[in-house]
Amino acid sequence: MVPESVSAAASLPDPFVPQIYRVGRLRRELHDTVTLELAPSAGRRPAFRPGQFNMLYVFGVGEIAVSLSGDSTDETHFVHTVRDVGAVSKAITELGTGATIGLRGPFGVGWPVEAAEGSDVVLVAGGLGLAPLRPAIYHILANRVRYGRVVILFGSRNPHDMLYRHELEEWRQHLDISIEVTVDHAEADWHGNVGVVPALIPRATFDRHNTIALVCGPEVMMRYSASALAEAGVPPERIYLSMERNMKCAIGLCGHCQFGPTFICKDGPVMQFARIAKIFAIREV
Amino acid sequence: MEGLEHILRQHPFFADFAPEHGALVAGCARNHRFDPGDYLFREGDPADEFFLIRHGKVALEIVAPGQAPIVFATLGPGEIVGEAWLVPPYRWTIDARATELVRAIGIDAACLRGKCEADHHLGYEMMKRFLPVFIRRLHATQLQILDVYGKKR
Repeated sequence: MVPESVSAAASLPDPFVPQIYRVGRLRRELHDTVTLELAPSAGRRPAFRPGQFNMLYVFGVGEIAVSLSGDSTDETHFVHTVRDVGAVSKAITELGTGATIGLRGPFGVGWPVEAAEGSDVVLVAGGLGLAPLRPAIYHILANRVRYGRVVILFGSRNPHDMLYRHELEEWRQHLDISIEVTVDHAEADWHGNVGVVPALIPRATFDRHNTIALVCGPEVMMRYSASALAEAGVPPERIYLSMERNMKCAIGLCGHCQFGPTFICKDGPVMQFARIAKIFAIREV
Repeated sequence: MEGLEHILRQHPFFADFAPEHGALVAGCARNHRFDPGDYLFREGDPADEFFLIRHGKVALEIVAPGQAPIVFATLGPGEIVGEAWLVPPYRWTIDARATELVRAIGIDAACLRGKCEADHHLGYEMMKRFLPVFIRRLHATQLQILDVYGKKR
């Protein structure tokens, strides 16, 4: 099974030239995390696939790669959820409605949402890793009949730092998907699960022979999740991870995001676990 | 006794357990029911019994003086509560609290330790089942200590 490769970059006039976008609606998700809608100042918003990313350029500050976190069928704008962790991301979280921002993309290989049709789908997210998975969840919910069981497992630091909490509660209303949420630590008034998200995998119900697993979160969390999925019987070629490295050119030319024999920006960010398992735990890579 | 033995064999922890060993363990077992808020055990108490959850959820808590209890794990059906019964001084180092109605099988620790000492095949079988539980929980704790969702600059 090969993930859908997308050549959206090739359709851009020049993938190195940022297009001007304007910040629309803003939503503060957490104290340090903001979701922005970005609409092109001219022309149409390019199509994207769940799992792809854009390069966001704050003028005078710098450029970073940020996964798309909105609905791929909404053609008016891109949606990005950004956490303040550095100079550029901090500047993005401080933008106001109407501000301009440079944008290149979308780039990269997305989640195999079409290849997963007919299979059970297990989505494992940790922390901000729910953002790159959200477009896949929208797609699966919009095309629910095409999938088998759908299981969403989400891990968060504590009950207060839970990304998209309202949406998780909404998704829970669906009778035909299973959602389990866990937090690393909680006080006694939290009645949900406590523990790490890989621990939810053995408790989940899915057909191990016919499951596609999509995993996104901090790399160490993905390592433990991939192990738990493999232990549960999901073959490594049916486990997909969204990798993160320092992306610069975003089209596989500069080498900043080299990951063993691959480039995360061009061959990823979504990668088949079977393809990277041998180098995944090598810290020098 | 046959009823408890049958229930034990249904529990994932005892999957494929040899019938003769199942009968030995059942001899140390009894049924429990805990209402929400009840403690299965508390820190400092003798670790004289461990539990196999059949139904409901149990929160494992640590209490620091002057602070609210911190829940660091929740366990559900098919899981085991309690490891301190295996190693001296056989005292609980955490609290285990039912967060909803819990039905569980309790295994008398001294009784099972005695049977494991007398029958090393049973003891080895028990260790083979407990060790993966310990390792999974150790890995989970490592991941929690890493605080992977915390901010890194």
